[in-house]
Amino acid sequence: MGEFEVHRVRFFALVPAGVRCLACLPRAARLALARTDGAVEVYNFSANYFQEKVIPGHEARSVEALCWAAGERLFGAGLSGEIIEYDLAGLRVSRCVDGGGGPIWSMAANSSGTQLAIGCEDGSVKLFQVVPGGIQFERNLDRRKGRILCLSWHPSDTHIAAGSIDVLRVLDVCSGQTVKRIMVNYHVQKVKRECIVWSIAFLSNGTVVTSDSFGRVQFWDWEQGTLQESHTVSTSAALSLAVSEKEDSIIVGTSSGATYQFQLLPVKMGSLEKRWVRTKPFQHHTHDVRAVAHSSTALISGGLDAQLVIRPLMEKMQKKGYDAVLRKFTFPHRRLVSCARKARLLLFQFSQHLELWRLGSTEETGKDGQVLPLCRMPEHLLQLKSKGPEHIYCSCVSPCGSWVAYSTASRFHLYQVQYEGNSISVKKVPKVPKLLLPAYQLQFSTNSDSLFVASARGSVHVLQLLEPGGCKHLHTFRPPSGSPEAVYLLASSADGHWLAAVGGDWTIHIYNLKCFKHHCTVPMYSCAVTALAIHPVTNNLVIAYSDQQLFEFSIPEKQYTAWSRMVQNCGLHKVWLERDSPITHITFNPKKPSHILLHDVYMFCVIDKSLPLPDNSALLMNQSTLKQLPETARHRQLHAFKICKKFQPLLFADLLDENCLVMVERPVLDFKTQLPLPIQQKKFGT
Amino acid sequence: MPVPGGSRRAAGHHGAGAAVPAGKMVAPGALRVVRCGGSPRHGARAVFSNDSKYLLCASGDFVKMYSLATEETLRLLGGHGGLVTGVQLNPHNCMQLYSSSLDGSIKLWDFMDGIPIKTFTVGHKLLALYALASSEDSVFVVVPKSSERDTFQLVSVKLTKAAGQDLEAKELSVVLDSVDASPKCIAFGRAGEYVASVKEVNLQVYFFKQKQLNRFSVSAVKAKSGNNHFTCVACHPKEDCIATGHADGKIRLWRNFYHRKEYTFSTLHWHHDTVMDLAFSVEGTSLLSGGVESVLVLWRNESDYQKDFLPRLGSAIEYISMSPDGAFCCTLHTDNRITIINSNLRFSKSIQGLIKSMDIKTGLVVDPRTKALVLNGEPGHLQFYSLQSDQQLFSLDIVQRQYIHQAGLKQVDLVKVAFSAQGKWLATVEEREEVTDPELQLKLWFYDEETQSFKLNTRINTPHEDHITGMCFRDMDESEDDSLLLVTAGRDCVFKVWVMVEDTDPEAQQSVSWSCDFVGSYHNYQATNCCFSEDGSLLAVSFEETVTVWDSVTWDLKCTFCHPPGKIRNICFGRLTCSKYLIGATDYGFLCCWNLLNCALEWSAHLNILVLQPDPLSEYIAAVSWLSKESSLFVFKPNEPRPIYIQRNLCKEKIQLAAFVPRDEPEMISAEKYLWLRRSQLFFLTDTQELMTLSTKSLEERLTPASKQLAVEEGLLVTPFSLLFGRHRRQQSQEDLGKLAVHNKHWQDSPAVKELLHTPAHVLPSASFLCPIFINSLLISKENKSAEEVSDEVEMESENTEDDSDEERDAAEMEQEDTNPMELLGETICKLSKSQDKELRKIRKMDYSWISAF
Repeated sequence: MGEFEVHRVRFFALVPAGVRCLACLPRAARLALARTDGAVEVYNFSANYFQEKVIPGHEARSVEALCWAAGERLFGAGLSGEIIEYDLAGLRVSRCVDGGGGPIWSMAANSSGTQLAIGCEDGSVKLFQVVPGGIQFERNLDRRKGRILCLSWHPSDTHIAAGSIDVLRVLDVCSGQTVKRIMVNYHVQKVKRECIVWSIAFLSNGTVVTSDSFGRVQFWDWEQGTLQESHTVSTSAALSLAVSEKEDSIIVGTSSGATYQFQLLPVKMGSLEKRWVRTKPFQHHTHDVRAVAHSSTALISGGLDAQLVIRPLMEKMQKKGYDAVLRKFTFPHRRLVSCARKARLLLFQFSQHLELWRLGSTEETGKDGQVLPLCRMPEHLLQLKSKGPEHIYCSCVSPCGSWVAYSTASRFHLYQVQYEGNSISVKKVPKVPKLLLPAYQLQFSTNSDSLFVASARGSVHVLQLLEPGGCKHLHTFRPPSGSPEAVYLLASSADGHWLAAVGGDWTIHIYNLKCFKHHCTVPMYSCAVTALAIHPVTNNLVIAYSDQQLFEFSIPEKQYTAWSRMVQNCGLHKVWLERDSPITHITFNPKKPSHILLHDVYMFCVIDKSLPLPDNSALLMNQSTLKQLPETARHRQLHAFKICKKFQPLLFADLLDENCLVMVERPVLDFKTQLPLPIQQKKFGT
Repeated sequence: MPVPGGSRRAAGHHGAGAAVPAGKMVAPGALRVVRCGGSPRHGARAVFSNDSKYLLCASGDFVKMYSLATEETLRLLGGHGGLVTGVQLNPHNCMQLYSSSLDGSIKLWDFMDGIPIKTFTVGHKLLALYALASSEDSVFVVVPKSSERDTFQLVSVKLTKAAGQDLEAKELSVVLDSVDASPKCIAFGRAGEYVASVKEVNLQVYFFKQKQLNRFSVSAVKAKSGNNHFTCVACHPKEDCIATGHADGKIRLWRNFYHRKEYTFSTLHWHHDTVMDLAFSVEGTSLLSGGVESVLVLWRNESDYQKDFLPRLGSAIEYISMSPDGAFCCTLHTDNRITIINSNLRFSKSIQGLIKSMDIKTGLVVDPRTKALVLNGEPGHLQFYSLQSDQQLFSLDIVQRQYIHQAGLKQVDLVKVAFSAQGKWLATVEEREEVTDPELQLKLWFYDEETQSFKLNTRINTPHEDHITGMCFRDMDESEDDSLLLVTAGRDCVFKVWVMVEDTDPEAQQSVSWSCDFVGSYHNYQATNCCFSEDGSLLAVSFEETVTVWDSVTWDLKCTFCHPPGKIRNICFGRLTCSKYLIGATDYGFLCCWNLLNCALEWSAHLNILVLQPDPLSEYIAAVSWLSKESSLFVFKPNEPRPIYIQRNLCKEKIQLAAFVPRDEPEMISAEKYLWLRRSQLFFLTDTQELMTLSTKSLEERLTPASKQLAVEEGLLVTPFSLLFGRHRRQQSQEDLGKLAVHNKHWQDSPAVKELLHTPAHVLPSASFLCPIFINSLLISKENKSAEEVSDEVEMESENTEDDSDEERDAAEMEQEDTNPMELLGETICKLSKSQDKELRKIRKMDYSWISAF
């Protein structure tokens, strides 16, 4: 693998926002997720649960409910009282409609996706019609006191169940009247405590399932108004529940971080009598599980600890394998760090500000594994606060370190940073060209004289940076056939000749920067691109896909390289293909052209193209065994993949120079301490 | 063991009439070793009778039947030649019981009458037994697989309907292969539709109708939670749900297990260690679980959050069983205790015989006051075990610290105990097991007449620097307090003499306390044993290989004895006529007898003696040797080197401890060989903690009192009200009706009538044979009547002389045949005036054994 001097960076104080709500797109493999900071993400199950789209949040726009309606349109509603429709191709909010009932706590779409019901602070349930190009207010249903915290449509669309405080109501959609009101109070020794119905589900047989603040999951017969079954799953609140499409399984999330599955099982073999039985408990979260979703094959839960957990149901799986793995996502599947190689600077992107740090340095050398003392500590140079309520989409620092650019939904900012001894001055570049906003990815050229801005509709803008502190729009690349999707990844070649851009439709376009021309398109592959980079020497484009496949495409020859074909023929190692987190960054060592450096959250890998590929019988992660072998035997065991798992979770890794690496880690424990305290639970033996 | 024929001992009529027990000559029979307590109840789950009045449980080679109302042992169903491994009610006849044993037979009993109906010989070792209502004529047993060692299979055995008592049952069909040997690892499901078996990490479910076998397994080893092997299984009585217990304390509830893939389970977790047993309630709404925590957990609605506890049950729960009507649940514990628990999870009763303790360090000691055996009980407690009733009298908390169940934790335990001659003082030593520097405490307890219990008088911390090896009181009968001394011998090379002193502290509640009076040592050898001579004038202390004899007044060293090689293991003085002898046993297998008058070795014998026990009431000494895996008993008098009685191969187990327990009255024994058993009875305890004794009586004789009680109990329900009311009415009727009452009473008393009415019909002789006896019994003879009238007169005044009748009752229990069943209920009707009675007793206590010598 070779020895590197590693900057182990742990001062990136990123705290991912907690998961607020989840919405599964019925009969399609997409999951929408909203975080507490208002960001909305879309995960694609068919692309190995890759975080396909991210729409950064907005300070004033919290999202309390998400739902899919009318095909694949995604709607959100929140405490701002607005219903928001998201533009998933353009990765932005397409339009907002005021609900007119104060803060919105809940929203649900009917089974055909033509109507939206919202539950408001004032106790009203309002219906909206989903029409092409927007939504239209339809009518108000019966208004009663008490905020509507949760809503569920009956699968036949005739009734709506609404959960409030101490009470649940069933509303007739046609007449708009409350047809049943069921008290769900809880009396403890004559002291009446408030019982909050946190989540509700309406089953087709007329059963209403509620989860409440006393940790109960209750099954009600709405027509009789009677309680059928009550299961206490937690001493604290049961916050969320979701029902499978077949209505034979329910997942419940609690504020103690545990999720439970309920299954409708026959009481006796062969008999028709069925009962809901609490079966599997899972404890994957440390904090409140605010949102759960039930896909056809998996239980999905999201918690305030920012984790998204996908737990496949083994009995629904045809075979054990890649799909049957438990996945936990805490960090975004994209880069939040950019590195100025020459200036040895790191730029960290937070939701509303940027931090610029200078790496520490040392003059000493040591043996493998030794921690070297620093002669200069890492230095926090700069904090750039974004103005306005909008969150930052993307950011970048130029390799020379003198330019910093970032973009929000409505604005693009470019700064020039000047270093004079110890003092630093930041100068905003005035009069940046009016571009098609927002920008989804920014990339400086290697020689820092131009900036590439990925934009909507597949376009990429090329800006020329001018000294002192100016810029000029040179060109806008557009895919020859046109595309509605935004570009989310960029890669430029070191010689300034080529630029590769990937859009939401996963096609990779290569542009010639010298003559501002579309060069070619990389053959389509049926999976999302998670990272790509152009080799500085050979100008080969290395592409990592979300199914963990690697391709190498020669730009000058417009075809896959021999190595890439060899990889496809032999196939990658099984263990490699079964990893569950996507590769987020690829880089190269100019001195060793056969090496490809890449990483995901759990490992850093150097692929040596000159060595043979490992077959499935060989050990993929063999670094520690190799160390113990004698020289001759070691030679036989060598293969192309050299994997290091020392740094976890790894948010960013880059090569500074020939033998110097920077690794940005964010230990989970560090940010767990910044989350609000979880519910105290007595643990045996403590 | 040969059972002597015709040795039924007819007891005398006590009360009116004969003053001396009519000493019928006892035919000389061989001594038999009788198990009398502490048999492990580990064979199987206990079974309730259908009316929840009786509890049946396997106990060693027997099946014991207890009454739930009185906690007494009503019957002992004996006949198996090996450990009983399963008891099950016959599902088609609730008055019958199946039992299986390691001897390879299944017996069908009529348990109400204690009669074996049928014996089916299977021919394999039977490890567990299951009887199902759905299987008409077969039961299920676990047998070892013939080809492989340590593998077992569940087979169904067809029980033939043929006539005759002893039948062969060779028709076996294998149901499940490779099952666990434990009876807890197999359970039959709802209406016998399926059977579930667990072993290690696998659960197999076999459906009888579909002939389908499903296998499930839990992942073998989880580094985090440790061992998750299955330990027990139970099936829901109404639904298709299987509960399994695991070694890591989890309970899993399996459902949908007829699908190989879509099966599902939920987990309940409270126990921190192995779940030992599980039981569903009758309706299946709740689940009971128990383990080493000695807490019974009730899980409601299969919910982790709705559970109730019954804590502090004393020791680890081994088996749980439910009564058929759901009113009771019964837990069997590892220390042989049985606890009966109400359906609302309230402790109801505890049936405890000899409590099995982890290690008996105190030895067997007899409490002079109650004649109870005293030994280690629960951790830190001293148990008083009544030999007569096979019950624990009470448990004295000596250590007075919470016992924490934790592996590797060193607990304070009781190691030595000694009573003064009258039982007024009790000395205990407790220590924490540490290799160096043990934590020692000597406690002296005073018997408080008011509270009828021992009260702590003095606590001495670190009485010795090292372990205490011996402790004894100087027991002089008269004026105990003045001459009372306590001697302790320690491994710190000294022995200490403790005396009572007036307590000078004005704030102290008691007048006396104990303090050290004298410290003696001998050449810096470790002191190993100590004992006083009968008159208390001499103290013998053994120091490794030497026995030293000290004057107990001046504490002068009188003489030393030594018989190398070998350290002294036991010493004791001879008694009565042999009080001039000192007997010692050494490590290298020598038994020595020294004459104290001439300080010379009288005789010695080459025997590996483990236990040396003198009889306190005679000059006999019992010695138990251990040689080549068998224990032998030698009884000798010190003045003659020839043993009086030798029993080789007393039992296969190592005998650790023995004790002579004085009899209430001397037993009539004619054979010279057994004369040593006349005054006291010898009890001994094996290393498996089974209490055994030697008896000349046959098995049936010993059991008759208990079986008679059953007949009484069946008749009337004993409540406080009925006792009060019944007695009142009886008195009244006797006064009013006069002669008629006498009639009536007589009629009830007649053994012939009783036998006729209480013997099951199928074992009665023909009616023509019974008829004259019955008629005769109804006739009133003249002299008998007058005797009855006399007794009626005195009945009233003797009502408040209960302390007298107490002893009488003990005697009454030894008697049989003709005694009034009422007496056995505790309502002793004393038929003599006080003075007469005293006289009578004096005569009875006189020793007439000398007559038999002629």
